[in-house]
Amino acid sequence: MELTKDEEAALKGEQGETLELAYRILVATGEATNAERLIPIEWSHLSGVNYNTIGDAGEEFLSKLSQTARVKVKTTLNPMGFDIDSVSKFDLDEDFIEKQQSIRKSYERMGVTLSFSCIPYEIFDLPEKNTQVSFAETNAAIYANSIANLKTNKESAFSALASALTGKSPYSDLRKDQDTHNVTIQMKVDNPNELTYGMLGFFAGKVADNSVKISGVNELDKRSCKSLCAGMGTSGTCGKFILGDDNDQTEKIDFDEQEMQKIHDELNTTDKGDLITLGSPQLGLEEVSDLALMLQNKSFKKRCMVFCPRAVQQQARKLGHINNLEKAGCEIYSDCCTCLTPLIDKKDVDSVTTNSIKGAYYLKNSNGVEVNLKPLSEIVRDETK
Amino acid sequence: MKTIVQGTAKGIILKSNNPINFLGAVDKKTGIIRDQSHDLYQKSVRDVVLVFPHGIGSSVGAYTIYSLKANNSAPRAMICQKADLTVASGCALANIPLVVVTKEEYDSLVNGNEITIDNDLIK
Repeated sequence: MELTKDEEAALKGEQGETLELAYRILVATGEATNAERLIPIEWSHLSGVNYNTIGDAGEEFLSKLSQTARVKVKTTLNPMGFDIDSVSKFDLDEDFIEKQQSIRKSYERMGVTLSFSCIPYEIFDLPEKNTQVSFAETNAAIYANSIANLKTNKESAFSALASALTGKSPYSDLRKDQDTHNVTIQMKVDNPNELTYGMLGFFAGKVADNSVKISGVNELDKRSCKSLCAGMGTSGTCGKFILGDDNDQTEKIDFDEQEMQKIHDELNTTDKGDLITLGSPQLGLEEVSDLALMLQNKSFKKRCMVFCPRAVQQQARKLGHINNLEKAGCEIYSDCCTCLTPLIDKKDVDSVTTNSIKGAYYLKNSNGVEVNLKPLSEIVRDETK
Repeated sequence: MKTIVQGTAKGIILKSNNPINFLGAVDKKTGIIRDQSHDLYQKSVRDVVLVFPHGIGSSVGAYTIYSLKANNSAPRAMICQKADLTVASGCALANIPLVVVTKEEYDSLVNGNEITIDNDLIK
């Protein structure tokens, strides 16, 4: 990869330790993706916020880095481990809370906007078409490239951090105006819901390289689209999908009932859950208002945890939706998410019902609980009275 | 082969045919693979030369790699067929040598054999 004289000097450490570290990451990721140079980016979205995922090593790294490091571009942030408004109701130890607050302060010191959301594309105004950004959260990166007309690599927590500190990123394939998909997935499942699309995404992520075409899907509602992006981000390296026909020369692979069943069997481990979680990715305003409508005159027979960004909760409260959800028995959490949550502990919970494929993967593998997959319509039908 | 993160290392190959989701599948304290559907289930990546197709999934996997190093549970080096940004950046920050090899070179690496990575050479 070619570096400018200034970038070369920074890599050698002539502009301080922080930039040396950032350029070391940019060079490694650039070499990994065969990028020829670095280009400017306008917005970075960071992952690596939840103490449950980054642990002591991550907390100490950020604490030290933030003594001198400052972000150079608009930088937003993924969810953390809990909602401060309700953390006292959970059995989280003091150390967890303290370390999480330290992580929060480190990001704040670096000049990061504390959005604590995995759906930056729904809560911030989107820049103009083709703007280069660096999104680490995988569902957000895929959404940015596929739906929001932005350009980003499927960044890692560190590559997005390096982008935030330098305002640059490797000019890799996903950032270019070229279509590099090598596979077309032919959607062959009838009457799909958001769970079907999550499984389609998970399947596509497994078979595709950087980018994939999907045929047989004309339009996607917000819930299905987010589910597809999150499923795809969980299983692979793919950072973009294109909806279209199957009239090109690329390899064709069917996603049919049989393939769907295989994914279902991989992630669904039980037929009922002790509690329900909704929001991985977090719910946007449209989904919150939709859920409130679905729950009119109903209430959950068991606990239902609903995750949405703080900004969405505030708007939805003004509109009366949150009150309606709470009346139906939902617990509303902001700044955190189903994914890698410390709020669900296998000491207290054996199994969880969710409509999220991404949530299911991490609940199963990281939280170690059983998972029951159901689309939202069935959750509301079966679990309310 | 192409070096993504420079360095030297010597160790025993632990080879997988499955991609690795570091955040979901690897315990960051012990280095043990906890994903039951993975072919390295219950094996430890500690002190081995980890050979796998590529990383997948969460961007936070980069922190998992960094944490493995901080907890003395990291592989001595990694060899992939395709370098993804999560593994590349995690190795860059943790100073774990990382090389990308061709399909033929990958197929010639045998689980359990000792291997030395010395900057741009594999022996």
